[in-house]
Amino acid sequence: MALYRAHVLICKGTGCTASGGPSVYSAMQEELKRRKLDREIMLVETGCHGMCEMGPIVVVYPEGALYCRVTPEDVPEIVEEHLYKGRLVERLLYTVPSEMTKIPHYRDIPFYSKQHRIVLRNCGYINPEHIEEYISRDGYQAFAKALLEMTPEKTLEEVKNSGLRGRGGAGFPTGLKWEFARKAPGDKKYIICNADEGDPGAFMDRSVLEGDPHSLIEGMLLGAYAIGADEGYIYCRAEYPLAIKRLKNAIAQAEELGLLGDRIMGTDFSFHLHIKEGAGAFVCGEETALMASIEGKRGMPTPRPPFPAQHGLWGKPTNINNVETWANVPQIILNGAEWYSSIGTEKSKGTKVFALTGKVKNTGLIEVPMGITIREIVFELGGGILNDKGFKAVQVGGPSGGCLTEEHLDLPVDYESLTAAGAIMGSGGLVVMDEDTCMVDVSKFFLEFTQRESCGKCVPCREGTKQMLLLLEKITRGEGTMEDLETLEELAQMVKRMSLCGLGQTAPNPVLTTLQYFRDEYEAHIKDRECPAKACAALIAYTIDPEACKKCGLCAKNCPVNCISGDRQTPYKIDQERCIKCGTCLEVCPFNAVHKD
Amino acid sequence: MPKITSLEDLRKIKEQAKDLTSARSGGKTRIIVGMGTCGIAAGARDVMTAILAELDKRGLKEVTVETTGCIGMCQKEPLVDVIRPGEPRITYGNVEPKDAARIVVEHLVNGNVVEDKVVGRTD
Repeated sequence: MALYRAHVLICKGTGCTASGGPSVYSAMQEELKRRKLDREIMLVETGCHGMCEMGPIVVVYPEGALYCRVTPEDVPEIVEEHLYKGRLVERLLYTVPSEMTKIPHYRDIPFYSKQHRIVLRNCGYINPEHIEEYISRDGYQAFAKALLEMTPEKTLEEVKNSGLRGRGGAGFPTGLKWEFARKAPGDKKYIICNADEGDPGAFMDRSVLEGDPHSLIEGMLLGAYAIGADEGYIYCRAEYPLAIKRLKNAIAQAEELGLLGDRIMGTDFSFHLHIKEGAGAFVCGEETALMASIEGKRGMPTPRPPFPAQHGLWGKPTNINNVETWANVPQIILNGAEWYSSIGTEKSKGTKVFALTGKVKNTGLIEVPMGITIREIVFELGGGILNDKGFKAVQVGGPSGGCLTEEHLDLPVDYESLTAAGAIMGSGGLVVMDEDTCMVDVSKFFLEFTQRESCGKCVPCREGTKQMLLLLEKITRGEGTMEDLETLEELAQMVKRMSLCGLGQTAPNPVLTTLQYFRDEYEAHIKDRECPAKACAALIAYTIDPEACKKCGLCAKNCPVNCISGDRQTPYKIDQERCIKCGTCLEVCPFNAVHKD
Repeated sequence: MPKITSLEDLRKIKEQAKDLTSARSGGKTRIIVGMGTCGIAAGARDVMTAILAELDKRGLKEVTVETTGCIGMCQKEPLVDVIRPGEPRITYGNVEPKDAARIVVEHLVNGNVVEDKVVGRTD
């Protein structure tokens, strides 16, 4: 193998692929060849680095320099300046928003220096399509250690002692769950990886599947060994084509090396892994619906008990964990339960991956120790609110989570604190909202999602979410009454209490928390027929101030429905009857003559 | 690829794969070649190629080779710095491709500074 003096890592995660990563990759490939550097500089494609906002991301080692928003046109300069002459291309380095200073090194960027990467340790660092790179980073060492030197009981004990809890949302202790499946009678047992990530804006699992698929496979191998299962399924939605491609590739490589298959490493342990592609129904993230889908039935939940540990896939004892949970396991076995439980808080151990989205400067993927405050996440890792507007709320836990306010900013992020505040850890979606966000509109948005995704099996969820949505629509149209608010609250409590599965049980959370923390906004919509954040179209009107209007006609030219009239002599005027409230006139007016009230 | 049947097999693959990712982790001996305009004009490119070839030949994996710009001592180019962890930074001047082997063997392997080529030393 030739010696490479430098490695150029180009992100080919979904975010960077969308922003042009592949064309940067091919430009780099050509440029290195042209400069005859291709034999001493290695080009590596990686999974997600997490800082998708700044993509396409290019990292150059050994220096560890990180270049942001690289275009194919920048490539010759990077090759000539950095790779040939050793000078950093300063204009492409990351800039700290508050101080406008450039940071050359990966590890010094606040977005990364505050993180603690266990699950994401290899994401953006190795080539996910080469099993050798995973092995070079201690890959499959934990599995080999457990299989050859530890008993299944000891392996299970280690996971139990680590304090790892399910990362899919509910936070059930993983070791305990494994024990139920292990102790359940039966020779045939299954394990399943829930990779049916469906929350709007969430891409934690996707990034692990795309950036480090072997860590999931190794975690499942360890789980199968501890539980006594010989077959496993990864249930992944078909909307993740890259994840499925890399998983298939990873499984094939592991099979070739004899890490998957019959009599692994000469022992009696056999394990076969399959991928089941889901069609993308949100309810299939619920474990009983997921198993129904794998069995080829319609994806609908069934009442529990019986729990999957007793009566799961095809009636056999089954253990289901999500991607992030599985990916934690190899590190726990490798470094020990004591090491893992030293990270985090008393009841929530380890780290959690969050997809940070919404109105923050650095959107992307972060892995932080449990117990970090929301303030640190939003203002330090996230870099603060976009355009330096005011912080209003953060929505934790996806469509089934709740909205937390400014007073919760110093809340430590762990399972108990979040639940106490009315939100849930969920799978790890974090949507930040600024002062221009209408909370009624937000809860309507999330409810629209859960209502559409309701499978329709049980009445509270099917009918309840629909009626709640109708009420919310009525309120945002400015036609609501105070009785509607009461009905809404009553319905929300009912749906939460009586729904069959987690989808319905958590769907009212956004409504309930916004009613709790932002009730005044609901009341403003009803009593004053006003949207305080000026977001609900039915409750706002655009007008042109005749004094400030310079009669340039830009608004009329850009209006998509031609409802603005005027000429060089008369100030422009909006016909309120025909106005669709798109806000284009406000955006284009150079003199701030358009007002929104 | 043959199947893995023991811990030893896995360790072997890990060892072979080490240099796949080793350049991405720090804390090792660094060789820095001056590749400013002055360095390139004086032949730094050939020096670097010679160093890489020598490292490759000897299978030295715990070394990173970096490039840097002009540091102002242009008459002494090509300049090559060697930094071993915990030791002072040694700067060699007027390095020629034939010196590469000597620097690698003497300094990196045996730990003896090649005195006749030294032009600078910093802590």
